Parts: sequence; C-alpha cells; structure tokens
Amino acid sequence: MTDMKETSLTLGPVYYLWDAEKWRDFHFRIADEAPVDRVVIGETVCSKRQHFIEPHLAEVVERLESAGKTVILSTLALVTLNRESKQIREMAEVSEHLMEANDLSALAILKDKPHTIGPLVNVYNAPTARLLASRGATRICLPPELPFSSVKEITAELPDIDFEVFAFGRMPLAISARCAHARSKGKIKDNCQFVCGEDPDGLPVRTLDRQSFLALNGVQTVSHACQSLLSELDHLVEAGVRSFRLSPQDCDMVAVAKLHREVLDGTVDADAGVAKLRQLYAAAPLANGFHHAKEGAVWVARTRSLQAAWPA
Amino acid sequence: MELICPAGTPAAFHEAVDAGADAVYCGFRDETNARNFPGLNFSREELREAIAYAKRKGTQTFVALNTFMRAGAEEIWYKGAADAVALGADALILADFGLMAHVAEKYPQQRLHVSVQASASNPDAINFLVDAFNAQRVVLPRTLTIADIARIGKNIRCEMEVFVFGGLCVMAEGRCSLSSYATGKSPNMNGVCSPASHVRYRKDGGELVSELGEFTINRFPAGEAAGYPTLCKGRFDIADSNGYAFEDPVSLDVMGELEALKAAGVKALKIEGRQRGKAYVAEVVSTMKAALNSPPDRRASLLARLRTMSEGQKTTSGAYEKRWR
Amino acid sequence: MIPIPLIERICRLMFGRIAKAHPGLFERLDEHRQKRFAFLPTDLPLAFVVVPGRQEISVLRKPVEIEADAVTEAPLFLLLALMEGRCDADALFFSRDLSVTGDMEAMLAMRNALDASNIDLQKDLAKLAGPFAPVARRVIGEIRDRALKDQNSSAGEAAAWN
Repeated sequence: MTDMKETSLTLGPVYYLWDAEKWRDFHFRIADEAPVDRVVIGETVCSKRQHFIEPHLAEVVERLESAGKTVILSTLALVTLNRESKQIREMAEVSEHLMEANDLSALAILKDKPHTIGPLVNVYNAPTARLLASRGATRICLPPELPFSSVKEITAELPDIDFEVFAFGRMPLAISARCAHARSKGKIKDNCQFVCGEDPDGLPVRTLDRQSFLALNGVQTVSHACQSLLSELDHLVEAGVRSFRLSPQDCDMVAVAKLHREVLDGTVDADAGVAKLRQLYAAAPLANGFHHAKEGAVWVARTRSLQAAWPA
Repeated sequence: MELICPAGTPAAFHEAVDAGADAVYCGFRDETNARNFPGLNFSREELREAIAYAKRKGTQTFVALNTFMRAGAEEIWYKGAADAVALGADALILADFGLMAHVAEKYPQQRLHVSVQASASNPDAINFLVDAFNAQRVVLPRTLTIADIARIGKNIRCEMEVFVFGGLCVMAEGRCSLSSYATGKSPNMNGVCSPASHVRYRKDGGELVSELGEFTINRFPAGEAAGYPTLCKGRFDIADSNGYAFEDPVSLDVMGELEALKAAGVKALKIEGRQRGKAYVAEVVSTMKAALNSPPDRRASLLARLRTMSEGQKTTSGAYEKRWR
Repeated sequence: MIPIPLIERICRLMFGRIAKAHPGLFERLDEHRQKRFAFLPTDLPLAFVVVPGRQEISVLRKPVEIEADAVTEAPLFLLLALMEGRCDADALFFSRDLSVTGDMEAMLAMRNALDASNIDLQKDLAKLAGPFAPVARRVIGEIRDRALKDQNSSAGEAAAWN
C-alpha cells in the first residue's frame, strides 16, 4: 500500500450519555495512548445532556492538546430550540477551536470560518461537497450510508478537499424530536431523568422474532451492527480518502484505534485485523454493507468473491 | 392559507385540481423524487399536460426533485430541473444543496422551495438556504411544535409550508438511514422508504406478519388495523416488553390547529400522499378545502370521516404538540 | 351457476377492451407486465389469474392451488372499485379489508397503473362487440350494481366501529 503514512484517524464524538468521570477518563486515556490525530468532543445527540460533560471539558481539551491531538468541538445533530441555536452561535464566536457542523444551522453560523463537516450532514455528491468547501469546510466526513462508488466519484472530482469516512462504530441511522429511549422506560422527553445514561452502548431493539436490529441512544437510533471498513481501508486510501473516523463504543477504543493504525500501516493484514476487531468489540456483529451498496446490516467478505452475509 | 396537494399520477392530479387544490405537487418517474415507487409518477409529457390543465384552472404545480443527487449521475437531476423549468413548473421542491446551487445559478427566476427532506429545522438553517440559494419557501420538518413554528416564522425571510395531514415521519426527514440499513435502499438516495421490493407479508396462524428484508417489522392479530411496513412504525422488543418503539401506525392530522398555524404565520398547508390512490386525493382534498372554508367549530365533524383513510385508522398531531415527544 | 368457460370468455373480452382503451396501463406496469397476478374475491368461489403482458386471464374454481407472483384478496366489489380507482388501496389495507401477498413491487405497480388509468367499466364495456357482448354487459352490470350496494352498506359499518 502506498502513501499509507499520510493517513490519519479521527475519534468521533461520544454519541452516548456516559457518566461524566467515565467520559473524562476515556478521553484522558485516548490522549495518552491512542494513535488518533484528532478528537471530536462535545454533546451531539441531545442538548439536555450538555451539562454532564461541561465540568470536564477544559481539562479534556488540555490533555488531548498536550498529547498533540487536534481538538474539534462537535455541534448538535438536530437543532430546534432557540437556546440550541444560541449555544452554537456563541461557541463559534468565542472558541478558538475548530468546530464540526452536524446540521444546517451550524453550516450557516460557521460560514467563512474553517470548520469540519460531520457524518450527519447530507453530502452525497461532489457539487454539495464543493459548495461546503467554498464556505469554509476543510474536512468532510461522508455519511455512513454512502456507497464506495459515490465516495470514489466525490474524491476524484475534488482531490483538494480532505474526505473522511465512518470506519468504525454503530451507524447513526436516525434522529427524532421524540425520545424513544425515554418512552421505552415509561418516561417522556421533558422529564426523562436521563434514563439513556443507563445504556452506555445503546438500548437493544429486537424484532418480534428476536432478531437483533437497532439500538436506542436517546433521540438517536443507531444500528445494532457495528460498521467496520477495516477490509476496505486499502481501496479507500487508493481512492484518495485520507482520514478515517472511529466512533466511540463502550469497548477498548485505544485498542480499536491501534488496530486501525496497524492495518493502515500494513503491519497487520486486514483479515487478521477483522478477526481481532471482533474480539475487541464482541457486543455487535460487524457490517460493511453500505460501502458495498448493499443493506447496511450485512457483512461482505472480500476474500470470497464479495459474498454478503446476514449477521447470525 | 394555501392547500398543497399530492399527486402520484395524472388521474390523481386532475382530482386534486378539481377538488380545489391551490397547488399540486408531483415528481418525475425516476430516482429524482422521494416517492420513486413502481407505477407511480409522471413522464415529461404527462407533466406537460398536467401543468396545462392546472394553469387553465388557476392551480399551481410544484415539482419535487427532492432526493440527493447520486455522485457521478448529477445530470439526471439537472435534466429533471431543466425540464421542470421548461414545462412551466411554478416551483421546484429541492433537498440537495448541490442541486439548489445549480438551480439558483442556472434559473435565477425559478421559484425554489426547500423540501422537508433538507431538514431545515431552525431560523439559522432556513436563512442559510434563503441567502445561499434564494429559497422562497421552506417545508418545515415534522419535528417542530406550533410554538417552534411561530418563533421560526418571526425570524426567517421566506414563507413556511407545513404538513397537516397524511403520513408521518417519526424521524427527522432526510436524515434517516433505517430503510437502507435493512434494504439497501433509502429515501435520500433512492427515493424510497421501506421499498415494496423488500416487503413481504405472510400469514402466521391468525396473524399478518410484515417483513422488510430479513427483519420482522410487525405482527397484526386478525381484525387489528394495519399500517405501512415502515421501520419506524414497527413493533419491536425492548428489554422485557414489546410494542411500538418509535410510533404506532398512525398518520398526521393537525387540522384541529388551523387557527394556531395561521397565527404562527404559516403560508401553506401540505397534504402527504403521492403514493395514495386518486380516490384518497379527491376525498382528502375536498374535505380539507371544505374545512378551511368553514368556521372552526364546524371543522372537526367534517374531518372525522378522513380517519378511515389513515394508517392504522388512527391519527396524531405528532410533534406539533409538545407532549408527543 | 355460470360455467367457468363462459366467465373466462367474458373476462377476456373485458380485459381486451380495457387494454385497448388504456394503453398507459402497460407502460406503468413496465417490467412487471409479464408477472402473474391473482385476484381472489373473498365472496366468490372463483380465482382470477392475469398475466397482463400476454393478455391472459384464467378463471379457476376455488379451492385451488394458485401459482402467482402476487395475490390480492378482497370482496369482489372492492376489487372492482380498485380497478376503477374508486377507492384507495392503502386505506383498504389498513382496515384489513384487503390482503396482499407475494411480490409487493409488482402489486404496487399494478395498483398504481390501474389507479392512473381512469377505467370506467360501464363506459369501457359499452363498446363491447361480438356474440357474448350482451351477456357480458348484463353480468358485469349486475355485479357492479350489487358491488356498489355492498360498498355503501360496508362504509356505514366502517364508520360505526371507528
């Protein structure tokens, strides 16, 4: 593999509501041990949760930066309230850090200021990416459902923009004004008592025939299967993708990051990497169907003539 | 307030116009619109005739090109926009920024409406679309309360259109990959949600079982009203209980809130249902038109008859009412 | 009881007439026109199997093993109303008056193609010609009249249990 050295890893924001100390210690350890180049932090899913991490934000930023990581501040994925818009605007005014846009309001506010685009903004083609870049986007993480055929087209069309793909983590599939997580525990959103904090890796949703299907994370719905593009990293690099996003799950993310670095560096081959990843995150089957323009839930084994398999 | 009505076929289009629609929205028979269902939608020639008919009756035609352009195949959407403009569409309903930029630049005179699929849910987002693409109207996501809408109305520089009746997305529209996770086909990319090609109904004892791809979506006991096999309205197991995790099979009805919507500054009321039959369109449009022209206390009885047309034969006011959340 | 061959004959006449009057039907069916569609009236001992692309209709007496890509079951008056687009298939599905199995994409294409076609049995069949035409018109007319009557009484019931 050529040019693997130029590749970089981004740790995405923690989508789940973790205990504040757990969140802090997680990032401390990432700072100290994980071979990631940049870390996106900040509440992305639900503005009601924001106060949990605020007391630790400054120390986490400092620790990450002293370790040489670039810190990017995340923004909310669904902005409907006045205070939510206001918070993004104030952050844009005062912060010296790069910010990541996850919805249209952030795009409006961050215009002409260097910023990154998160995987929750709809970038499906080069004209859209070009438009965002012309407004100040410096790196664009493409949506998880984008097939490789589209990724290739976009990167070929715009070689000067840094593109990132969602390489590891349960896929963020949907977000709602309604909190299914609170509802499932007999609460309503306005008085949810933060029951989503009881499920640091999401609350499993099974079909009536007991098939594992989705997981609830507050107002967000994520996949049961965990996206992994470990076997596709070489193709992606060849296509010009230089950055890979690892989305935190409740597992040893330092080891996950190291494994991705090793596969990118060619010191571990992709098949061995996949086998190891299955051990590191045994809570969910791996899936890469979106990349192959198939159902997002399936795993396509590359070695055997691209055969798709449903998770058991 | 204007009444904006759906048409999946020329026959439904005629019904909508005849029933008193102020505008009818429709799309081409391809992946450029979010109701890309088999046997549905308009050829170029059909749209030409439909627009001519609408113009004779003083009705406007909006053309939805509201999927996201497939990378490398943008020409299909550009051609759709060019043809819709040439055929005399009164507005294009768009979701993709790249396509909005293209239309704003190439056809600066063309009225541009922001599709609900663009997920513009707050004043900053909407004003961004107004400034960047000269959007003249935004179709608001079904995630907002009426109070949210009133606040947005005071802070934006374009018209607001809201859904008042028909199918209800539980998730923020245009930002949902549940369908493609199970089927490989998504509203954003393919213009379909929970596509028919992946739906299976089977009878299991007395129950009707609906499946989407490999996943069981619901089981309806005999006699229980059914719904579309969409993921967000399926019945699932969570922890030790099972039920509708996201939403029951219901559809939206906020006609009871017409006065509040008017006061909030809403310019147009939209009916969902391009996939529905012409009988539905005729019935819903004429009933709603009558309701709009009636005093508020007469509306409820007029509208009650529409419930049998609804998914699960139930309706909800959805996010428009804060308790829904 | 009307013999099957006669019913089949009448159906073919009807179908030929409709196909001629509404060519758009086939365009909308597109790739699904060669599929086998079965229509099972729940209130008749008959099954109708149609392959639109081949203008083929067979009528079978129930109970019978049906080989079809897509199967629709509903009372006859509803099947006829759907054919003419006089009622909304989704609403009938929600209320469980109509059930569908098999290839849903083909089914949906058929439903949309019919709905788009402005079929009007009385008008379309008024132009029927040939030796069977008078019988056909009479039989279809009777079925349609009875169907409309059933539909009205059923609508009343629907409103009552809501």
